[in-house]
Amino acid sequence: MGKLWLICIASISILLPFLCNAFSPETPTDRRVLVLLDDFAIMSSHSLYFNALKSRGFDLEFKLADDPKIALQRYGQYLYDALILFCPSVERFGGSIDVAAIVNFVDSGHDLIVAADVNASDLIREVGTECGVDFDEDPSAMVIDHIGYAVSGTEGDHTLIASDDFIKSDVILGAKKIEAPILFRGIGHAVSPANSLVLKVLSASPSAYSANPKSKLSTPPPLTGSAISLVSIVQARNNARLLITGSLSMFSNRFFRSGVQKAGSQTKHGKSGNEQFLTEISKWIFHERGHLKAINVKHHRVGETDEPALYRINDELEYSVEIYEWSGTSWEPYVANDVQLQFYMMSPYVLKTLSSDKKGLYSTSFKVPDVYGVFQFKVEHQKLGYTSLSLSKQIPVRPYRHNEYERFIPAAYPYYGAAFSMMAGFFIFSFVHLYSK
Amino acid sequence: MATMPASASDLLKSFKLKTKQQELLIRVSILCLVYILAFITRLFSVLRYESMIHEFDPYFNYRTTLYLTENGFYDFWNWFDYESWYPLGRIVGGTLYPGLMVTAVLIYRILRFLRFAVHIREVCVLTAPFFASNTTLVAYFFGKEIWDSGAGLVAAILIAICPGYISRSVAGSYDNEGVAIFALLFTFYVFVKAVNTGSLAWSLASAFGYFYMVSAWGGYVFIINLIPLYVLVLLITGRYSMRLYVAYNCMYILGMLLAMQIRFVGFQHVQSGEHMAAMGVFFLMQVFYFLDWVKHMLSDTKLFQAFLRITVTCAVAVGGIALGLGMVSGYISPWTGRFYSLLDPTYAKDHIPIIASVSEHQPTAWSSFMFDFHILLFLFPAGLYFCFKRLSDATIFIVMYGLTSMYFAGVMVRLILVATPAVCLISAIAVSATVKNLTVLLRSKNKVVQTGSTKGSGGSKSSSKALLDQSQPFQKNGAIALLFGAFYLLSRYATHCTWVTSEAYSSPSIVLAARGAHGNRVIFDDYREAYFWLRQNTPQDAKVMSWWDYGYQITAMGNRTVIVDNNTWNNTHIATVGRAMSSYEDEAIEIIRSLDVDYVLVVFGGVTGYSSDDINKFLWMVRIGGGVFPVIKEPDYLVNGEYRVDKGAAPKMLNCLMYKLCYYRFGEMLTEYGKPPGYDRARGVEIGNKDVKLEHLEEAFTTSNWIVRIYRVKPPNNRW
Repeated sequence: MGKLWLICIASISILLPFLCNAFSPETPTDRRVLVLLDDFAIMSSHSLYFNALKSRGFDLEFKLADDPKIALQRYGQYLYDALILFCPSVERFGGSIDVAAIVNFVDSGHDLIVAADVNASDLIREVGTECGVDFDEDPSAMVIDHIGYAVSGTEGDHTLIASDDFIKSDVILGAKKIEAPILFRGIGHAVSPANSLVLKVLSASPSAYSANPKSKLSTPPPLTGSAISLVSIVQARNNARLLITGSLSMFSNRFFRSGVQKAGSQTKHGKSGNEQFLTEISKWIFHERGHLKAINVKHHRVGETDEPALYRINDELEYSVEIYEWSGTSWEPYVANDVQLQFYMMSPYVLKTLSSDKKGLYSTSFKVPDVYGVFQFKVEHQKLGYTSLSLSKQIPVRPYRHNEYERFIPAAYPYYGAAFSMMAGFFIFSFVHLYSK
Repeated sequence: MATMPASASDLLKSFKLKTKQQELLIRVSILCLVYILAFITRLFSVLRYESMIHEFDPYFNYRTTLYLTENGFYDFWNWFDYESWYPLGRIVGGTLYPGLMVTAVLIYRILRFLRFAVHIREVCVLTAPFFASNTTLVAYFFGKEIWDSGAGLVAAILIAICPGYISRSVAGSYDNEGVAIFALLFTFYVFVKAVNTGSLAWSLASAFGYFYMVSAWGGYVFIINLIPLYVLVLLITGRYSMRLYVAYNCMYILGMLLAMQIRFVGFQHVQSGEHMAAMGVFFLMQVFYFLDWVKHMLSDTKLFQAFLRITVTCAVAVGGIALGLGMVSGYISPWTGRFYSLLDPTYAKDHIPIIASVSEHQPTAWSSFMFDFHILLFLFPAGLYFCFKRLSDATIFIVMYGLTSMYFAGVMVRLILVATPAVCLISAIAVSATVKNLTVLLRSKNKVVQTGSTKGSGGSKSSSKALLDQSQPFQKNGAIALLFGAFYLLSRYATHCTWVTSEAYSSPSIVLAARGAHGNRVIFDDYREAYFWLRQNTPQDAKVMSWWDYGYQITAMGNRTVIVDNNTWNNTHIATVGRAMSSYEDEAIEIIRSLDVDYVLVVFGGVTGYSSDDINKFLWMVRIGGGVFPVIKEPDYLVNGEYRVDKGAAPKMLNCLMYKLCYYRFGEMLTEYGKPPGYDRARGVEIGNKDVKLEHLEEAFTTSNWIVRIYRVKPPNNRW
């Protein structure tokens, strides 16, 4: 424990200059995390999850959600890089925190994990709405699945469901396949159709629905089937990452350790997929994976090295950019074959796939189109799970100067001939006219 | 001692000039005074405000001149300006008339060479008055050429203070017209001189004058059509002569070749429909010359008649076929919209809203003729009468110039400028001839018949007339009364011109002045405040969207990239901006984002009562936008054909972007005592939508009198 502290202190002191910002360009991984709890019992009941985070070097700070002293920022500087809300029933945050403060926290590039639960408070629902998900309006509704439930001791109650409908992305969920289904007990939510950034990471099976398990179903449930999202993520435009789930208990030690057998399935897993799933996704949320940076954007004429202030039409040019991916500890070359460059003025005039040297350097060369105007070099690399790269660099393209055209063109030789023969003829004519009798 | 009186009397004698020398002295001193007068009467704006560039286009000219002084001619010639018409850019060197800038820089260099430490701005401000002074000299010589030196002097005086010319040549009005009128009159004068003398040198000079005109202003098309028309009239009226042949051919060929050196004009002289008349007349001249030669060779009249018929038919047919083929193959471009709108004043209104939207392209109101010409309007017909009485090649020219330019002045307000020199010259003939007649009458009474033979051609006629009229009673008194009448009218003219100059034409329109409640002068310097804010507070490469009127000013004073500007070369681009301004905010934001716009600038006069603001121009944005994008429909913004902004306004009007940007936070503002909040002083109504909420834009800056309002485009929502 002492050693861990030492590491923490050392890393903080080393990173101190960077800590003012959420994730500095150099080390995007979060370090300081504020965890807001309903009561401190969650610290022990969910210790496996927290310890997993601590062991990866995070500095967790636990506070009660209604603690009057909590604050996200002081003197205009954010004190934390990420926020975990494990307080589904809080009605009002203590201190200066409210929904607007949390939204601002995210909008200035910080990460957020929200776990709601049955009877989630309006406050937590509001946070969810701001992030683009709508929890079931019925406060006591739960996700019920009479087919995809997890076999457990209490028969008849199909609110504990085992889901394995993951999003297909190695970047978000890690390269190792999650074998065991995920245990989930809690409230379902739907992703807002107006929000294009929110993604369902774990959806309910087609047979699920959201209703109050204790009362009789009188009206059709508002949320049904795979429209129900159990765990959703958002990558905001400023690359802040958010995780929203309707179950706090899925993070608990009990769910982490418990075995799982999906109803109707013969395979019984000794351990649920929760630990692997939530650990992997926390790596994504805290920018240990899927974080790209682009540096050294260069462009120049073929055969030159200096970047010109503007190009001429029909110039041959070379463009290169280096793209690296953060591995959690260091920047590794990003290897992909679908990074594209646009030479853009209202619409792309040139669209080229950049060729990679597998060491992070992407480059291409092309001919400037025969159109003048203010162009942009645009790299819009938006790939599922990765931070969005959008580089744009303005560059004017000018037409030829007056002395850059060809001096003599073969097609015009008849005209040259005509002009000179005319001059000669005029000279002879004048001579003859003036001096002949 | 004794010799002293003798030498003194010698000295006195030597001072006593002969009549001719006296006249020369008077003439020269009058001309000098007129030269100075023409310059100083245009300085009102400098005294009232400061030495600054006026209005819209002059700012572009100033910016290009600055570029020319800093980077030299070749960079200017090849200048590709990527700060305007984003993202298309503009090849400035190839799309402007460089004459004005080159002239200003030349003056600047000369002054610098003479060790005058002037700034280029001062040169630009004073270029137009300087050229106006020069125009008076040309007017004198022109008047002398077509009538006599008296008419020339009067013409110089009239043109020096004529409001029609002053409107475009006050100090600070650094526009093409400033030098172009000089060039125009100079070309005409030299051409008439060439026709009168048949001298190759004068027609060469007129070719160069034409070249200068082409380099300075698009109005050169008037010259290249008027001169052929004049030649044609001379041909038809049987006034064809070798002098005319030499003058026209030399002027046309050399002028054309020289004009082709201007990039903006290029091959238009051989390819555009507007220039074909000149070419046709050129060929016709050759046919005439040929016929003349044949006539000279053939003695048989009948044979010549037949030959004439065949040749003329063939020539016309060949010309017609060539023109037709050229038109069909697209080698000869058809007439442009601007040209059409000159011939048919209603054309622009129906087809090209962008031309019709400019206030100076409107048909001229009767009152503005009176305003700009005053007594010249009555003297003009009188002058025409005198011209017709003494027809010559020169007077035919001035009559034709006067009549055609008067017609064009009626079509477009701004063309009053072109008519002004002709009107001044013809009026000067009227004044000069009348006064001369009257004075001759007075003198003939005193000195009996004797004066009749002293004068030349002009005097003899009037004096003989005086002799004839001698029998009439009260002749002398009548003449004195008429002279006083003329003097009175002319003095009224001078007063009127000075008043108009100081009240109407000396406002820079970039700084607005108004009278306060206590009669004090209030200055609204909001434009420059806003542009300075842009220059200081926005990123270097920020793009500003505004209606095209303000484009030149934003680039010149704010030094920021604009989407559209006063060089209205791309109608679609302007229509896109018009569409954005007349759409709902969430539709507009798509357009705004697609153009990478960072700031939106609107001009709003509701607080100050400034009426030429964007709300009053808004219908043109709708029309121009709707001309390209039919989703924008003008009736959506009108209620029963009425344009209004109060509660009864059309719902689309109340919620379009332009309305929102102009009236944002205006609903809570108290503009006038005793009126409800949100009372628009420019339109005199309480606005209809006081609760304006903006979603994608935010207010960045509003000037102290709310005339210019700048909005920042917010980035897209972070989490949505």
